[in-house]
Amino acid sequence: MPRLIETSACEGLLPVILPEVGLSELPFAPVTSVAPFAGKEKAVGTALKKLGLGWPGPGQSVRAGEAACLWTGRGQAFLVAAAPEGLAGLAALTDQSDGWARMRLQGPGAEAVLARLVPLDLRVAAFPEGAVARSGLNHMMMVLMREGPQAFQIMVFRSMAGSAVHELAVAMKALCARAALG
Amino acid sequence: MRLTCPLCGERDRREFTYYGAAVYADRPEADAGPEAWDDYLHLRDNPAGETRDLWYHELGCSAWIEVTRDTVSHAVTATRLVAEREPPAAPKGRGRRA
Repeated sequence: MPRLIETSACEGLLPVILPEVGLSELPFAPVTSVAPFAGKEKAVGTALKKLGLGWPGPGQSVRAGEAACLWTGRGQAFLVAAAPEGLAGLAALTDQSDGWARMRLQGPGAEAVLARLVPLDLRVAAFPEGAVARSGLNHMMMVLMREGPQAFQIMVFRSMAGSAVHELAVAMKALCARAALG
Repeated sequence: MRLTCPLCGERDRREFTYYGAAVYADRPEADAGPEAWDDYLHLRDNPAGETRDLWYHELGCSAWIEVTRDTVSHAVTATRLVAEREPPAAPKGRGRRA
């Protein structure tokens, strides 16, 4: 048996903490893709309500503490930090827990950092707390959620973790360098 | 250029991949005969005016959408999910041979 070494997706890469904004890895949490079978959409919604969540509309999330259900596409949502209890037989469930790098970008400069990389209007009026978007982080596919006035959760494919941290760190450093000039 | 994904809303062009004329979604029956298949695979209209094509929201929600746009004015007038496209009513006279 080979000896496997358990590491997190952003091991050795994060955190990156700068004056205006910080990027840190989120603690490991289960991520399950939930794709309701035809005609089972309502039953899936009911099962998610029992978990304290619910089925999110496009671009939305349903959150309860650390647990969240994020809309990720047509007929698909990600259940994060909650076990998919009661969903078997109602939806196609795929465990994607170790397939994603999950990060939190936080601070007064968070919006400005993302503005350099993401082709979306992320001002709070257009992208309020709990809003979710699948979009690009520069050239990478990304799931983005606003957690708070100055905090975003970013999910990228685990294989892209290094590139994502590099892109974000360059934008963060540039932002802080400009801020330091006054 | 911006396209409106029926699910995600207005998004930048860089999130989408172009896939050609929307008639590509109207696949003939397997026994439709060589003329129908030749038409489907190789013949396309080249209109000055309204045209419809398929776009993939690749760097977004992964939905296939049909975009109605004008090749003269460049206006994008409508988008809808390919999943919500009605199947074609009957074989059309499109792709006439000269």
